[in-house]
Amino acid sequence: MSFDVPADRRYRESHEWIRSADGRVGISDFAQDELGDVVFVELPAEGDRIEQGETFGVVESIKAVSNLYAPVSGEVTAVNDALDQAPELVNEDPYGEGWLLDVEFDEGDLDALLTPDAYRAQIE
Amino acid sequence: MTLRTPPLRSAHADAGASFTEFGGWEMPVDFGSIREEHRAVREAAGKFDVSHMGAVVVSGPDAAALCQRLTTNDATALDPGDAQYTAMTDADGVLLDDSVLYRRPAGDYLLVPNAGTDAATVERWRAHADGLDATVENRTEDYALVAVQGPDAVSLVDGRADADLAALDRFECADATVAGADCLVSRTGYTGEDGVEVFCDPADAAAVWEALDCPPCGLGARDTLRIEMGFLLAGQDFDAEEDPRTPFEAGIGFVVDLDTDFVGRDALVERTDPDERFTGVRLTERAVPRHGYEVRDADGRAIGTVTSGTLSPTLGDPVALAHLPADVAPGTDVSVVVRGAAKSGTVEAPPFLHADE
Repeated sequence: MSFDVPADRRYRESHEWIRSADGRVGISDFAQDELGDVVFVELPAEGDRIEQGETFGVVESIKAVSNLYAPVSGEVTAVNDALDQAPELVNEDPYGEGWLLDVEFDEGDLDALLTPDAYRAQIE
Repeated sequence: MTLRTPPLRSAHADAGASFTEFGGWEMPVDFGSIREEHRAVREAAGKFDVSHMGAVVVSGPDAAALCQRLTTNDATALDPGDAQYTAMTDADGVLLDDSVLYRRPAGDYLLVPNAGTDAATVERWRAHADGLDATVENRTEDYALVAVQGPDAVSLVDGRADADLAALDRFECADATVAGADCLVSRTGYTGEDGVEVFCDPADAAAVWEALDCPPCGLGARDTLRIEMGFLLAGQDFDAEEDPRTPFEAGIGFVVDLDTDFVGRDALVERTDPDERFTGVRLTERAVPRHGYEVRDADGRAIGTVTSGTLSPTLGDPVALAHLPADVAPGTDVSVVVRGAAKSGTVEAPPFLHADE
């Protein structure tokens, strides 16, 4: 099976992505497939601070509970409220409608993350 | 430890299954989406490979007497072609396993203990057979077991079998040829839907599986389906070591016939009205209750523990099975603690899903 790994993002080994241009954060296509049907997402509130490498939330599928790890440090500027009613968006569109947070971050934090090629190598 | 694998392991891998360890077996947990597999079974039909279930054959002149000695239900009520849900308890009345006992058309008995318990079951049954002329054989590796479940399941299997399956009542079994293979078919299951279970030779499993043409389903959907019905899962809703329960505490007092003489009977006579009972909770806040989570009363006091839980794919609500004090009635406000936060809900006796939903 081949998974989508968009080129405009950086990735954590734990399968979270951040879009470099605007600080949008989500989980990868590979991660949503591994989890299976997502039924619940627990996220911080707007204005909260997340710390690179620390847990910032939880995503639950029918079969498992997984922690979410922050790809960068920074303040949460927006949260995807649509996931409250439609957590399946994470499965259906993990890089689009299934986004999790927007974060105001420091560019330097990206250095610690995987490039799309390196992340693809990890999951294949 | 090397995991045991069902005869259809490679067919499942080719079909894109994800696997999980269960009872010492490597079994498919899903074939893509638990939610879609669940829906297939509730609305039409789905097939499960449940070859990890044990198969213990009890035969000989005293086979019925041995079954009566070791199971809580009235095994002597079984005529050839009958089956019954039953339980096994130790001398203290502690539930060891729940199981279906078949009386095969030829007259011998087939017990189907839960995954991974087959060897211990055979050992125990042999140890209790003194004075009886009965043979106990572990035939787990000699059978594949395919469960076809759903409102369309009986007609689907009927179309591939030479026997009239529609004429079988619930909990009846018959010898039949399915896809050219000799099988034992029974109108049983673990989903709350009508359905058929097909025992066959492992060498015929691929042909039978292929012929029963409906979506393959894994243990994930099997779990969400049975939780909606409040059916027990051994090792999770009761565990003789970790969470010992009598059949009355575990909610299956209806399979205990105290007029029969079985191991555990004398201990259970005094324990038919337990202080704690197996019941359910439906949450009104969105969260996923899981095994081991604490249940609290309206004042925040711990009153019990979730044994199984999920987000019900059919209802869209979080549902849990739990042991709670017997005086906590359905309709009582409670909460389940999910990662430190109390999520509101109401006690509701399972099944959560009723025939008209």
